[in-house]
Amino acid sequence: MSTHRDRLRQAMGDKVQFVQGDDACAYGAILAGCTFFAGYPITPATEVAERMAEILPKIEGCYIQMEDEIASMGAIVGASWTGVKTMTATSGPGFSLMQENLGYAIMTETPCVIVNVQRSGPSTGQPTLGAYGDMMQARWGTHGDHEIIMLCPASVQEAMELTIVAFNLAEAYRTPVLVFIDGELGHMRERLVIPEDDEFELVERTCATSREGYRPFAAGENLVPAFAPFGAGFRTYVTGLTHNEAGLPRSASAPIHDQLVRRLADKILRNTDQIIRYEEFGAEECEIAIIAYGITARACRDVVEEGRQRGLKVGLLRLITIWPFPDEVVARWAARVQAILVPEMNLGQIVHPIREAVAGRCPVMLQSKIGGELHTPTELSEALEELRCQVC
Amino acid sequence: MKQEIRICGFGGQGVITAAVILGKAAAVYDGLIACQVQSYGPEARGGAARAEVIIANEPIGYPGIHAADILVAMSQEAFNRYINDIRPGATIIIDPDMVITYEAAPYAHLVPSTRIAEELGNVVVANIVMLGAVTALTGVVSREAMLASTLASVPSKFKALNQQALEAGMTVVAGLSP
Repeated sequence: MSTHRDRLRQAMGDKVQFVQGDDACAYGAILAGCTFFAGYPITPATEVAERMAEILPKIEGCYIQMEDEIASMGAIVGASWTGVKTMTATSGPGFSLMQENLGYAIMTETPCVIVNVQRSGPSTGQPTLGAYGDMMQARWGTHGDHEIIMLCPASVQEAMELTIVAFNLAEAYRTPVLVFIDGELGHMRERLVIPEDDEFELVERTCATSREGYRPFAAGENLVPAFAPFGAGFRTYVTGLTHNEAGLPRSASAPIHDQLVRRLADKILRNTDQIIRYEEFGAEECEIAIIAYGITARACRDVVEEGRQRGLKVGLLRLITIWPFPDEVVARWAARVQAILVPEMNLGQIVHPIREAVAGRCPVMLQSKIGGELHTPTELSEALEELRCQVC
Repeated sequence: MKQEIRICGFGGQGVITAAVILGKAAAVYDGLIACQVQSYGPEARGGAARAEVIIANEPIGYPGIHAADILVAMSQEAFNRYINDIRPGATIIIDPDMVITYEAAPYAHLVPSTRIAEELGNVVVANIVMLGAVTALTGVVSREAMLASTLASVPSKFKALNQQALEAGMTVVAGLSP
Protein backbone atom coordinates (compact mmCIF):
# COMPACT_ATOMS: atom_id res chain seq x y z
CA MET A 1 0.00 0.00 0.00
CA SER A 2 1.35 3.40 -0.88
CA THR A 3 1.90 5.87 1.93
CA HIS A 4 0.89 9.52 1.87
CA ARG A 5 4.52 10.50 1.16
CA ASP A 6 4.61 8.07 -1.80
CA ARG A 7 1.47 9.57 -3.27
CA LEU A 8 2.85 13.05 -2.75
CA ARG A 9 5.99 12.17 -4.71
CA GLN A 10 3.95 10.51 -7.41
CA ALA A 11 1.86 13.67 -7.73
CA MET A 12 4.99 15.79 -8.18
CA GLY A 13 6.40 13.52 -10.90
CA ASP A 14 10.00 12.70 -11.77
CA LYS A 15 12.76 13.18 -9.23
CA VAL A 16 14.80 15.26 -11.68
CA GLN A 17 12.87 17.88 -13.61
CA PHE A 18 13.45 20.99 -15.72
CA VAL A 19 10.96 23.43 -14.22
CA GLN A 20 10.26 27.05 -13.32
CA GLY A 21 10.95 28.86 -10.05
CA ASP A 22 7.20 29.05 -9.46
CA ASP A 23 6.91 25.26 -9.79
CA ALA A 24 9.76 24.87 -7.32
CA CYS A 25 7.94 26.93 -4.68
CA ALA A 26 4.90 24.67 -5.05
CA TYR A 27 7.03 21.52 -4.77
CA GLY A 28 8.76 22.90 -1.67
CA ALA A 29 5.37 23.50 -0.08
CA ILE A 30 4.18 19.97 -0.91
CA LEU A 31 7.38 18.44 0.49
CA ALA A 32 7.00 20.54 3.65
CA GLY A 33 3.56 19.03 4.20
CA CYS A 34 1.39 21.91 2.99
CA THR A 35 -2.13 20.60 2.37
CA PHE A 36 -4.06 23.84 1.96
CA PHE A 37 -3.59 26.55 -0.67
CA ALA A 38 -5.90 29.50 -1.22
CA GLY A 39 -5.07 32.04 -3.86
CA TYR A 40 -6.04 34.34 -6.67
CA PRO A 41 -3.98 33.81 -9.84
CA ILE A 42 -1.78 36.69 -10.92
CA THR A 43 1.12 36.94 -13.38
CA PRO A 44 3.94 36.03 -12.75
CA ALA A 45 2.87 33.87 -9.77
CA THR A 46 0.09 31.88 -11.46
CA GLU A 47 2.18 28.72 -11.96
CA VAL A 48 2.50 28.32 -8.18
CA ALA A 49 -1.29 28.11 -7.97
CA GLU A 50 -1.44 25.83 -11.05
CA ARG A 51 0.93 23.29 -9.54
CA MET A 52 -0.88 23.37 -6.18
CA ALA A 53 -4.23 22.93 -7.95
CA GLU A 54 -2.85 19.87 -9.76
CA ILE A 55 -1.18 18.24 -6.80
CA LEU A 56 -3.34 18.97 -3.75
CA PRO A 57 -6.47 17.07 -4.88
CA LYS A 58 -4.28 13.98 -5.44
CA ILE A 59 -3.02 14.00 -1.85
CA GLU A 60 -6.33 14.76 -0.11
CA GLY A 61 -5.29 18.38 0.22
CA CYS A 62 -7.43 21.40 -0.53
CA TYR A 63 -6.98 24.07 -3.21
CA ILE A 64 -9.37 27.00 -3.21
CA GLN A 65 -9.42 29.77 -5.75
CA MET A 66 -10.63 32.77 -3.79
CA GLU A 67 -12.41 35.91 -4.96
CA ASP A 68 -9.35 38.07 -4.24
CA GLU A 69 -6.13 38.25 -2.27
CA ILE A 70 -7.73 39.64 0.89
CA ALA A 71 -9.82 36.50 1.09
CA SER A 72 -6.86 34.29 0.12
CA MET A 73 -4.85 35.52 3.06
CA GLY A 74 -7.87 35.16 5.34
CA ALA A 75 -8.40 31.58 4.16
CA ILE A 76 -4.83 30.46 4.84
CA VAL A 77 -4.98 31.96 8.34
CA GLY A 78 -8.28 30.23 9.10
CA ALA A 79 -7.15 26.90 7.65
CA SER A 80 -3.91 27.03 9.62
CA TRP A 81 -6.01 27.16 12.80
CA THR A 82 -7.36 23.71 11.93
CA GLY A 83 -3.78 22.49 12.37
CA VAL A 84 -2.66 22.16 8.73
CA LYS A 85 0.18 23.87 6.89
CA THR A 86 -1.06 26.57 4.52
CA MET A 87 0.26 28.77 1.73
CA THR A 88 -0.77 31.43 -0.76
CA ALA A 89 1.14 32.95 -3.68
CA THR A 90 0.79 36.31 -5.32
CA SER A 91 2.55 39.27 -6.90
CA GLY A 92 2.78 42.95 -5.94
CA PRO A 93 -0.84 44.06 -6.41
CA GLY A 94 -2.07 41.01 -4.50
CA PHE A 95 0.56 41.38 -1.80
CA SER A 96 -0.76 44.92 -1.20
CA LEU A 97 -4.22 43.47 -0.58
CA MET A 98 -2.82 40.89 1.85
CA GLN A 99 -1.30 43.40 4.24
CA GLU A 100 -4.26 43.61 6.63
CA ASN A 101 -4.55 39.86 7.16
CA LEU A 102 -0.77 39.49 7.22
CA GLY A 103 -0.84 41.62 10.37
CA TYR A 104 -3.70 39.49 11.68
CA ALA A 105 -1.54 36.36 11.16
CA ILE A 106 1.32 37.98 13.07
CA MET A 107 -0.94 39.08 15.94
CA THR A 108 -2.74 35.73 16.20
CA GLU A 109 0.55 33.79 15.84
CA THR A 110 -0.68 31.81 12.86
CA PRO A 111 1.90 29.78 10.92
CA CYS A 112 1.56 30.25 7.14
CA VAL A 113 3.71 30.92 4.08
CA ILE A 114 3.25 33.65 1.46
CA VAL A 115 5.13 33.48 -1.85
CA ASN A 116 5.50 36.81 -3.65
CA VAL A 117 6.71 36.55 -7.24
CA GLN A 118 7.53 40.23 -7.59
CA ARG A 119 6.78 42.41 -10.60
CA SER A 120 7.16 46.15 -11.00
CA GLY A 121 4.80 48.61 -9.41
CA PRO A 122 3.40 50.88 -8.30
CA SER A 123 -0.06 49.50 -9.03
CA THR A 124 -0.32 46.91 -11.82
CA GLY A 125 3.02 48.05 -13.29
CA GLN A 126 4.78 45.47 -15.47
CA PRO A 127 3.00 42.14 -15.01
CA THR A 128 5.34 39.90 -17.01
CA LEU A 129 8.68 41.25 -15.84
CA GLY A 130 10.72 40.83 -12.68
CA ALA A 131 11.44 43.41 -9.99
CA TYR A 132 12.30 43.63 -6.32
CA GLY A 133 10.10 46.56 -5.40
CA ASP A 134 8.24 44.96 -2.49
CA MET A 135 11.22 44.42 -0.19
CA MET A 136 10.30 47.22 2.20
CA GLN A 137 6.57 46.60 1.92
CA ALA A 138 7.33 43.12 3.22
CA ARG A 139 8.94 44.69 6.27
CA TRP A 140 6.49 47.46 7.06
CA GLY A 141 3.48 46.95 4.79
CA THR A 142 1.20 45.88 7.58
CA HIS A 143 0.61 48.38 10.33
CA GLY A 144 1.94 48.32 13.85
CA ASP A 145 5.14 47.15 15.51
CA HIS A 146 6.16 43.73 14.31
CA GLU A 147 8.91 41.50 13.00
CA ILE A 148 8.65 39.43 9.83
CA ILE A 149 10.70 36.60 8.33
CA MET A 150 11.56 36.78 4.63
CA LEU A 151 13.71 34.52 2.47
CA CYS A 152 15.07 35.34 -1.01
CA PRO A 153 16.18 32.41 -3.21
CA ALA A 154 18.43 32.88 -6.26
CA SER A 155 17.82 29.66 -8.21
CA VAL A 156 15.05 27.19 -9.00
CA GLN A 157 16.52 24.55 -6.67
CA GLU A 158 16.89 27.09 -3.89
CA ALA A 159 13.29 28.28 -4.37
CA MET A 160 12.17 24.77 -3.45
CA GLU A 161 14.62 24.40 -0.58
CA LEU A 162 13.81 27.77 0.97
CA THR A 163 10.07 27.19 0.70
CA ILE A 164 10.59 24.12 2.90
CA VAL A 165 12.65 26.27 5.29
CA ALA A 166 9.91 28.91 5.27
CA PHE A 167 7.37 26.34 6.47
CA ASN A 168 9.78 25.17 9.18
CA LEU A 169 10.30 28.72 10.43
CA ALA A 170 6.55 29.44 10.30
CA GLU A 171 5.86 26.34 12.38
CA ALA A 172 8.73 26.91 14.83
CA TYR A 173 7.88 30.54 15.58
CA ARG A 174 4.13 30.50 14.84
CA THR A 175 4.36 33.38 12.41
CA PRO A 176 3.80 34.11 8.72
CA VAL A 177 6.94 33.66 6.60
CA LEU A 178 7.53 35.27 3.22
CA VAL A 179 9.34 33.71 0.23
CA PHE A 180 10.23 36.44 -2.25
CA ILE A 181 11.29 35.73 -5.81
CA ASP A 182 10.60 37.76 -8.97
CA GLY A 183 9.03 37.30 -12.39
CA GLU A 184 12.33 36.36 -13.98
CA LEU A 185 13.20 33.60 -11.50
CA GLY A 186 9.55 32.57 -11.27
CA HIS A 187 9.46 31.83 -15.00
CA MET A 188 13.06 30.65 -15.42
CA ARG A 189 13.62 26.92 -15.87
CA GLU A 190 16.51 25.02 -14.34
CA ARG A 191 17.18 21.50 -13.16
CA LEU A 192 15.30 20.66 -9.99
CA VAL A 193 16.18 17.59 -7.98
CA ILE A 194 13.43 16.59 -5.57
CA PRO A 195 15.16 15.46 -2.37
CA GLU A 196 14.38 12.28 -0.45
CA ASP A 197 12.61 12.70 2.88
CA ASP A 198 15.78 11.97 4.85
CA GLU A 199 17.62 14.76 3.03
CA PHE A 200 15.77 17.65 4.65
CA GLU A 201 14.39 18.58 8.03
CA LEU A 202 10.73 19.15 8.79
CA VAL A 203 9.53 21.16 11.77
CA GLU A 204 5.99 20.89 13.17
CA ARG A 205 4.32 23.41 15.47
CA THR A 206 4.32 22.40 19.14
CA CYS A 207 0.81 21.41 20.08
CA ALA A 208 -0.83 21.75 23.48
CA THR A 209 -1.09 18.45 25.32
CA SER A 210 -3.28 19.15 28.33
CA ARG A 211 -6.60 20.95 28.42
CA GLU A 212 -6.14 21.49 32.14
CA GLY A 213 -5.35 25.17 32.68
CA TYR A 214 -4.55 25.69 28.97
CA ARG A 215 -3.95 29.31 28.09
CA PRO A 216 -3.66 29.66 24.29
CA PHE A 217 -1.27 32.61 24.28
CA ALA A 218 0.89 31.79 27.29
CA ALA A 219 4.46 31.20 26.16
CA GLY A 220 7.31 29.52 27.94
CA GLU A 221 10.96 30.33 27.71
CA ASN A 222 11.07 30.06 23.90
CA LEU A 223 8.33 32.74 23.69
CA VAL A 224 6.17 30.58 21.37
CA PRO A 225 2.82 29.41 22.84
CA ALA A 226 1.72 25.80 22.37
CA PHE A 227 -0.89 25.50 19.62
CA ALA A 228 -4.35 23.97 19.98
CA PRO A 229 -6.10 23.44 16.64
CA PHE A 230 -9.79 24.18 16.27
CA GLY A 231 -11.80 21.06 16.94
CA ALA A 232 -9.29 19.47 19.30
CA GLY A 233 -11.44 20.32 22.31
CA PHE A 234 -9.44 23.24 23.65
CA ARG A 235 -11.07 26.55 24.45
CA THR A 236 -9.33 29.12 22.26
CA TYR A 237 -10.31 32.66 21.43
CA VAL A 238 -8.49 34.19 18.47
CA THR A 239 -8.48 37.95 18.00
CA GLY A 240 -6.46 40.64 16.32
CA LEU A 241 -7.09 42.89 19.31
CA THR A 242 -4.47 43.09 22.02
CA HIS A 243 -5.18 40.01 24.10
CA ASN A 244 -4.10 38.39 27.34
CA GLU A 245 -2.66 34.90 27.68
CA ALA A 246 -6.17 33.45 27.64
CA GLY A 247 -6.67 35.11 24.26
CA LEU A 248 -9.30 37.52 25.58
CA PRO A 249 -9.31 41.14 24.32
CA ARG A 250 -7.59 43.55 26.72
CA SER A 251 -7.12 46.37 24.28
CA ALA A 252 -6.99 49.18 26.80
CA SER A 253 -4.17 47.69 28.87
CA ALA A 254 -0.75 49.22 28.31
CA PRO A 255 1.20 46.48 30.15
CA ILE A 256 -0.60 43.64 28.35
CA HIS A 257 -0.04 45.29 24.96
CA ASP A 258 3.59 46.02 25.77
CA GLN A 259 4.22 42.47 26.94
CA LEU A 260 2.42 40.87 23.97
CA VAL A 261 3.92 42.94 21.17
CA ARG A 262 7.44 42.74 22.61
CA ARG A 263 7.10 38.96 22.90
CA LEU A 264 5.94 38.70 19.28
CA ALA A 265 9.03 40.64 18.21
CA ASP A 266 11.42 38.90 20.60
CA LYS A 267 10.48 35.37 19.56
CA ILE A 268 12.04 36.27 16.20
CA LEU A 269 14.80 38.66 17.31
CA ARG A 270 16.18 36.25 19.93
CA ASN A 271 16.46 33.50 17.33
CA THR A 272 18.21 35.34 14.53
CA ASP A 273 21.05 32.78 14.62
CA GLN A 274 18.47 30.13 13.63
CA ILE A 275 16.76 32.31 11.04
CA ILE A 276 19.50 34.28 9.28
CA ARG A 277 21.09 32.66 6.24
CA TYR A 278 23.63 34.13 3.89
CA GLU A 279 26.41 33.08 1.54
CA GLU A 280 29.90 34.60 1.36
CA PHE A 281 32.19 34.48 -1.63
CA GLY A 282 35.66 35.97 -1.74
CA ALA A 283 35.36 37.26 1.82
CA GLU A 284 39.08 36.93 2.40
CA GLU A 285 41.30 39.78 1.18
CA CYS A 286 38.36 41.76 -0.10
CA GLU A 287 38.58 45.49 -0.75
CA ILE A 288 35.31 46.05 -2.59
CA ALA A 289 32.25 44.03 -1.67
CA ILE A 290 28.95 43.53 -3.42
CA ILE A 291 25.95 42.89 -1.21
CA ALA A 292 23.10 41.41 -3.24
CA TYR A 293 20.09 39.12 -2.99
CA GLY A 294 17.64 37.25 -5.20
CA ILE A 295 18.30 36.78 -8.91
CA THR A 296 20.66 39.80 -9.05
CA ALA A 297 23.18 37.89 -6.92
CA ARG A 298 23.78 35.43 -9.78
CA ALA A 299 25.43 37.96 -12.09
CA CYS A 300 27.30 39.38 -9.06
CA ARG A 301 28.80 35.96 -8.46
CA ASP A 302 30.01 35.85 -12.11
CA VAL A 303 31.60 39.28 -11.79
CA VAL A 304 33.32 38.54 -8.49
CA GLU A 305 34.64 35.23 -9.76
CA GLU A 306 35.94 36.80 -12.95
CA GLY A 307 37.39 39.78 -11.03
CA ARG A 308 39.26 37.58 -8.57
CA GLN A 309 40.74 35.62 -11.45
CA ARG A 310 42.14 38.93 -12.68
CA GLY A 311 43.57 39.61 -9.22
CA LEU A 312 40.95 42.14 -8.09
CA LYS A 313 40.12 42.01 -4.39
CA VAL A 314 36.36 41.77 -4.74
CA GLY A 315 33.82 39.71 -2.82
CA LEU A 316 30.12 38.95 -2.58
CA LEU A 317 27.83 38.77 0.42
CA ARG A 318 24.59 37.18 -0.77
CA LEU A 319 21.76 37.80 1.65
CA ILE A 320 19.29 34.90 1.79
CA THR A 321 17.34 35.99 4.85
CA ILE A 322 16.42 39.63 4.34
CA TRP A 323 14.15 40.00 7.40
CA PRO A 324 15.13 39.92 10.21
CA PHE A 325 17.97 41.92 8.72
CA PRO A 326 21.46 40.45 9.20
CA ASP A 327 22.99 43.65 10.66
CA GLU A 328 25.90 41.87 12.31
CA VAL A 329 26.98 40.08 9.14
CA VAL A 330 26.87 43.31 7.15
CA ALA A 331 28.74 45.18 9.90
CA ARG A 332 31.45 42.49 9.91
CA TRP A 333 31.96 42.95 6.14
CA ALA A 334 31.88 46.75 6.45
CA ALA A 335 34.65 46.63 9.04
CA ARG A 336 37.14 45.08 6.62
CA VAL A 337 36.28 46.37 3.14
CA GLN A 338 36.80 49.81 1.64
CA ALA A 339 33.51 50.15 -0.20
CA ILE A 340 30.26 48.30 -0.78
CA LEU A 341 28.19 48.10 -3.99
CA VAL A 342 24.48 47.33 -3.62
CA PRO A 343 22.77 46.43 -6.91
CA GLU A 344 18.99 46.35 -6.57
CA MET A 345 16.09 45.88 -9.00
CA ASN A 346 14.32 48.83 -7.38
CA LEU A 347 15.18 52.47 -6.68
CA GLY A 348 16.92 51.59 -3.41
CA GLN A 349 15.31 49.57 -0.62
CA ILE A 350 17.67 47.11 1.09
CA VAL A 351 20.46 49.66 0.68
CA HIS A 352 18.88 51.47 3.67
CA PRO A 353 19.27 48.74 6.33
CA ILE A 354 22.70 48.05 4.78
CA ARG A 355 23.73 51.68 5.31
CA GLU A 356 22.37 51.52 8.86
CA ALA A 357 24.43 48.41 9.58
CA VAL A 358 27.54 49.80 7.85
CA ALA A 359 27.17 52.92 10.05
CA GLY A 360 29.60 55.02 8.03
CA ARG A 361 32.49 52.51 8.19
CA CYS A 362 32.81 52.67 4.39
CA PRO A 363 31.01 54.20 1.39
CA VAL A 364 27.94 52.33 0.14
CA MET A 365 26.97 52.79 -3.52
CA LEU A 366 23.51 51.89 -4.79
CA GLN A 367 23.18 50.57 -8.35
CA SER A 368 19.49 50.75 -9.19
CA LYS A 369 17.92 49.13 -12.21
CA ILE A 370 14.19 49.10 -12.92
CA GLY A 371 12.09 48.33 -15.97
CA GLY A 372 12.29 44.56 -15.91
CA GLU A 373 15.85 43.81 -17.03
CA LEU A 374 18.48 42.21 -14.85
CA HIS A 375 21.82 43.84 -14.01
CA THR A 376 24.27 42.49 -16.59
CA PRO A 377 27.77 41.36 -15.58
CA THR A 378 29.18 44.24 -17.67
CA GLU A 379 27.15 46.86 -15.82
CA LEU A 380 28.17 45.38 -12.48
CA SER A 381 31.86 45.28 -13.46
CA GLU A 382 31.72 48.93 -14.52
CA ALA A 383 30.10 49.96 -11.24
CA LEU A 384 32.72 48.01 -9.28
CA GLU A 385 35.49 49.71 -11.27
CA GLU A 386 33.97 53.13 -10.66
CA LEU A 387 33.79 52.43 -6.94
CA ARG A 388 37.37 51.12 -6.92
CA CYS A 389 38.65 54.31 -8.56
CA GLN A 390 36.89 56.36 -5.90
CA VAL A 391 38.28 54.61 -2.85
CA CYS A 392 41.43 52.63 -3.73
CA MET B 1 31.88 24.72 -22.10
CA LYS B 2 29.13 27.30 -22.28
CA GLN B 3 26.70 27.57 -25.17
CA GLU B 4 24.08 30.26 -25.50
CA ILE B 5 21.18 29.34 -27.75
CA ARG B 6 18.43 31.67 -28.95
CA ILE B 7 15.33 30.30 -30.68
CA CYS B 8 13.02 32.92 -32.13
CA GLY B 9 9.99 33.25 -34.33
CA PHE B 10 6.40 34.22 -33.79
CA GLY B 11 3.97 33.05 -31.14
CA GLY B 12 2.40 29.68 -31.94
CA GLN B 13 5.46 28.17 -33.64
CA GLY B 14 6.50 26.50 -30.43
CA VAL B 15 9.77 28.33 -29.92
CA ILE B 16 9.37 28.27 -26.14
CA THR B 17 8.46 24.59 -26.19
CA ALA B 18 11.56 23.94 -28.30
CA ALA B 19 13.75 25.79 -25.80
CA VAL B 20 12.23 23.89 -22.88
CA ILE B 21 12.81 20.53 -24.62
CA LEU B 22 16.40 21.52 -25.42
CA GLY B 23 17.09 22.67 -21.86
CA LYS B 24 15.51 19.53 -20.46
CA ALA B 25 17.61 17.33 -22.76
CA ALA B 26 20.73 18.98 -21.35
CA ALA B 27 19.74 19.27 -17.68
CA VAL B 28 17.78 16.07 -17.14
CA TYR B 29 19.12 13.61 -19.72
CA ASP B 30 22.71 14.73 -20.42
CA GLY B 31 23.54 15.74 -16.83
CA LEU B 32 24.63 19.24 -17.88
CA ILE B 33 23.69 22.56 -16.30
CA ALA B 34 20.98 24.43 -18.19
CA CYS B 35 18.93 27.55 -17.70
CA GLN B 36 16.03 28.66 -19.90
CA VAL B 37 14.34 32.04 -20.02
CA GLN B 38 11.72 33.36 -22.38
CA SER B 39 9.91 36.43 -23.52
CA TYR B 40 6.80 36.73 -25.55
CA GLY B 41 4.29 39.33 -26.60
CA PRO B 42 0.83 39.53 -25.08
CA GLU B 43 -0.74 37.85 -28.13
CA ALA B 44 -1.18 34.08 -27.97
CA ARG B 45 -0.24 33.74 -31.64
CA GLY B 46 1.52 35.95 -34.11
CA GLY B 47 3.47 38.17 -31.71
CA ALA B 48 7.24 38.00 -31.54
CA ALA B 49 8.43 35.09 -29.42
CA ARG B 50 11.91 34.35 -28.23
CA ALA B 51 13.34 31.78 -25.89
CA GLU B 52 16.88 31.36 -24.69
CA VAL B 53 18.78 28.44 -23.26
CA ILE B 54 22.21 28.44 -21.71
CA ILE B 55 23.91 25.06 -21.53
CA ALA B 56 27.12 24.72 -19.56
CA ASN B 57 29.13 22.26 -17.54
CA GLU B 58 29.48 24.57 -14.56
CA PRO B 59 26.95 26.64 -12.58
CA ILE B 60 25.25 29.39 -14.59
CA GLY B 61 25.18 32.80 -12.94
CA TYR B 62 23.65 35.56 -15.04
CA PRO B 63 20.78 33.86 -16.85
CA GLY B 64 20.64 36.23 -19.83
CA ILE B 65 22.33 35.82 -23.20
CA HIS B 66 25.15 38.13 -24.22
CA ALA B 67 25.54 36.92 -27.80
CA ALA B 68 24.18 33.68 -29.17
CA ASP B 69 26.44 30.77 -30.11
CA ILE B 70 23.45 29.17 -31.82
CA LEU B 71 20.62 31.16 -33.41
CA VAL B 72 17.47 29.47 -34.73
CA ALA B 73 15.22 31.93 -36.60
CA MET B 74 11.75 30.88 -37.71
CA SER B 75 10.44 34.27 -38.88
CA GLN B 76 11.83 37.19 -40.89
CA GLU B 77 11.09 39.64 -38.09
CA ALA B 78 12.95 37.53 -35.52
CA PHE B 79 15.89 36.99 -37.90
CA ASN B 80 16.20 40.73 -38.54
CA ARG B 81 16.01 41.52 -34.86
CA TYR B 82 18.56 39.00 -33.57
CA ILE B 83 21.02 38.39 -36.41
CA ASN B 84 23.43 40.97 -35.00
CA ASP B 85 23.42 39.56 -31.46
CA ILE B 86 25.60 36.58 -32.27
CA ARG B 87 29.12 35.51 -31.48
CA PRO B 88 31.63 35.28 -34.34
CA GLY B 89 31.39 31.82 -35.84
CA ALA B 90 27.92 31.24 -34.45
CA THR B 91 25.77 28.48 -35.91
CA ILE B 92 22.74 30.04 -37.60
CA ILE B 93 19.78 27.92 -38.60
CA ILE B 94 16.86 29.43 -40.50
CA ASP B 95 13.69 28.24 -42.13
CA PRO B 96 14.13 29.53 -45.72
CA ASP B 97 10.36 29.52 -46.29
CA MET B 98 9.87 31.90 -43.36
CA VAL B 99 13.09 33.93 -43.58
CA ILE B 100 13.23 35.08 -47.17
CA THR B 101 15.97 37.67 -46.92
CA TYR B 102 19.07 36.46 -45.13
CA GLU B 103 21.98 38.25 -46.81
CA ALA B 104 23.20 39.15 -43.32
CA ALA B 105 23.99 35.47 -42.78
CA PRO B 106 25.06 33.91 -46.08
CA TYR B 107 26.52 30.92 -44.23
CA ALA B 108 23.25 30.10 -42.45
CA HIS B 109 22.06 26.52 -42.49
CA LEU B 110 18.76 26.30 -44.33
CA VAL B 111 16.28 23.95 -42.68
CA PRO B 112 12.79 24.10 -44.24
CA SER B 113 11.26 22.99 -40.96
CA THR B 114 7.73 24.20 -41.68
CA ARG B 115 7.62 22.42 -45.04
CA ILE B 116 9.09 19.22 -43.57
CA ALA B 117 6.56 19.32 -40.73
CA GLU B 118 3.72 19.79 -43.23
CA GLU B 119 4.98 16.81 -45.21
CA LEU B 120 4.99 14.76 -42.02
CA GLY B 121 1.35 15.71 -41.61
CA ASN B 122 1.36 18.38 -38.91
CA VAL B 123 2.91 21.83 -39.03
CA VAL B 124 3.13 22.00 -35.23
CA VAL B 125 6.26 19.83 -35.24
CA ALA B 126 8.32 22.42 -37.19
CA ASN B 127 9.99 23.35 -33.90
CA ILE B 128 10.99 19.72 -33.33
CA VAL B 129 12.50 19.53 -36.84
CA MET B 130 14.63 22.53 -35.83
CA LEU B 131 15.72 20.75 -32.64
CA GLY B 132 16.85 17.79 -34.73
CA ALA B 133 18.92 20.16 -36.87
CA VAL B 134 20.43 21.88 -33.80
CA THR B 135 21.39 18.52 -32.30
CA ALA B 136 22.99 17.16 -35.44
CA LEU B 137 24.82 20.37 -36.37
CA THR B 138 26.15 21.42 -32.97
CA GLY B 139 26.17 18.39 -30.67
CA VAL B 140 25.21 20.76 -27.84
CA VAL B 141 23.18 17.86 -26.47
CA SER B 142 23.37 14.18 -27.38
CA ARG B 143 20.92 12.65 -29.86
CA GLU B 144 19.76 10.22 -27.16
CA ALA B 145 19.06 13.02 -24.67
CA MET B 146 17.19 15.05 -27.29
CA LEU B 147 15.01 12.10 -28.24
CA ALA B 148 14.28 11.23 -24.60
CA SER B 149 13.45 14.82 -23.75
CA THR B 150 11.18 15.22 -26.78
CA LEU B 151 9.27 12.01 -26.09
CA ALA B 152 8.87 12.98 -22.42
CA SER B 153 7.47 16.38 -23.37
CA VAL B 154 4.74 15.52 -25.89
CA PRO B 155 1.36 13.75 -25.54
CA SER B 156 1.67 10.00 -26.11
CA LYS B 157 -0.40 9.92 -29.32
CA PHE B 158 2.06 12.36 -30.91
CA LYS B 159 5.26 10.60 -29.86
CA ALA B 160 5.79 8.87 -33.21
CA LEU B 161 5.21 12.08 -35.16
CA ASN B 162 7.64 14.01 -32.97
CA GLN B 163 10.28 11.33 -33.29
CA GLN B 164 9.93 11.46 -37.10
CA ALA B 165 10.23 15.24 -36.99
CA LEU B 166 13.37 15.08 -34.87
CA GLU B 167 14.96 12.50 -37.15
CA ALA B 168 13.97 14.51 -40.23
CA GLY B 169 15.74 17.55 -38.80
CA MET B 170 18.85 15.53 -38.06
CA THR B 171 18.84 14.03 -41.54
CA VAL B 172 18.24 17.22 -43.52
CA VAL B 173 21.38 18.86 -42.19
CA ALA B 174 23.41 15.79 -43.03
CA GLY B 175 22.59 16.69 -46.63
CA LEU B 176 20.29 13.75 -47.09
CA SER B 177 16.74 13.95 -48.30
CA PRO B 178 14.42 13.34 -45.32
